[in-house]
Amino acid sequence: MEKKKRQAVVQTADCVACGTCVDVCPRGALTIYRGSFAQVDAVVCVGCGRCVRECPASVIRLEVQA
Amino acid sequence: MKKCWYHYLWIWSLLYFSLGFFNILFAWLGLISFALPLIMAIGFGNKLFCNRYCDRGQTLRALGQLGFSRRRDMPAWMKSQAFRYGFMVFFFVMFGNVLYSAWLVYSGAGSLQAVVTLLWTWQLPWQWTYSGMVNPWTAQFAFGLYSLMLTSEVIALLTMLVYRPRSWCVYCPMGTLTQIVCKAKATKK
Repeated sequence: MEKKKRQAVVQTADCVACGTCVDVCPRGALTIYRGSFAQVDAVVCVGCGRCVRECPASVIRLEVQA
Repeated sequence: MKKCWYHYLWIWSLLYFSLGFFNILFAWLGLISFALPLIMAIGFGNKLFCNRYCDRGQTLRALGQLGFSRRRDMPAWMKSQAFRYGFMVFFFVMFGNVLYSAWLVYSGAGSLQAVVTLLWTWQLPWQWTYSGMVNPWTAQFAFGLYSLMLTSEVIALLTMLVYRPRSWCVYCPMGTLTQIVCKAKATKK
């Protein structure tokens, strides 16, 4: 059976680009795109959920990727 | 989390509020926190100030790590664009008020009020921090800016305790303004 992968997903429209997620990500999977919103590198993210817990605007969720 | 030098910038917050307790003229240094994010946003199209170098952000992060936060979701209205933009406008109107008070003293139409006003309501005596060595308008501006800084710090600490450590960053007027600038720059190119 193929292993499903959890991944952080950012609702970019509501992101305030504060960089809290970038700071706590242990994998360096998050960046702030041109001071506008956070984006996740899907290859690097391991879905640990630290950014989800820390994001003050609560705009990051963990989603199971098929 | 890898520890970097900028994680210690909370020391600047501590230093700023401490210095203003002894000599109000140090409050002028608060303009750095107004200028740097704007320079980074307008000049380079980024929010690196928010992301790394904001002393308040680092203070809230550090206190949050020490456990001074309930870590609850912020209410939806507090995260809404209407509140963020509204608070930004309110904050800059209050900053305009600080400038206006300094202008009144400069022009001779008003006299120096050696007080720090907390939450735009309570006047705290603060007269020992001013010895009369400079033109009174520079002191008036310093008292006003220090009041604004202290007030916003208190609000930031309250929402840190009740919600998430860096809740302030969601409705920070400088953060909202620089994000508007960055978004405008990002769509232009």
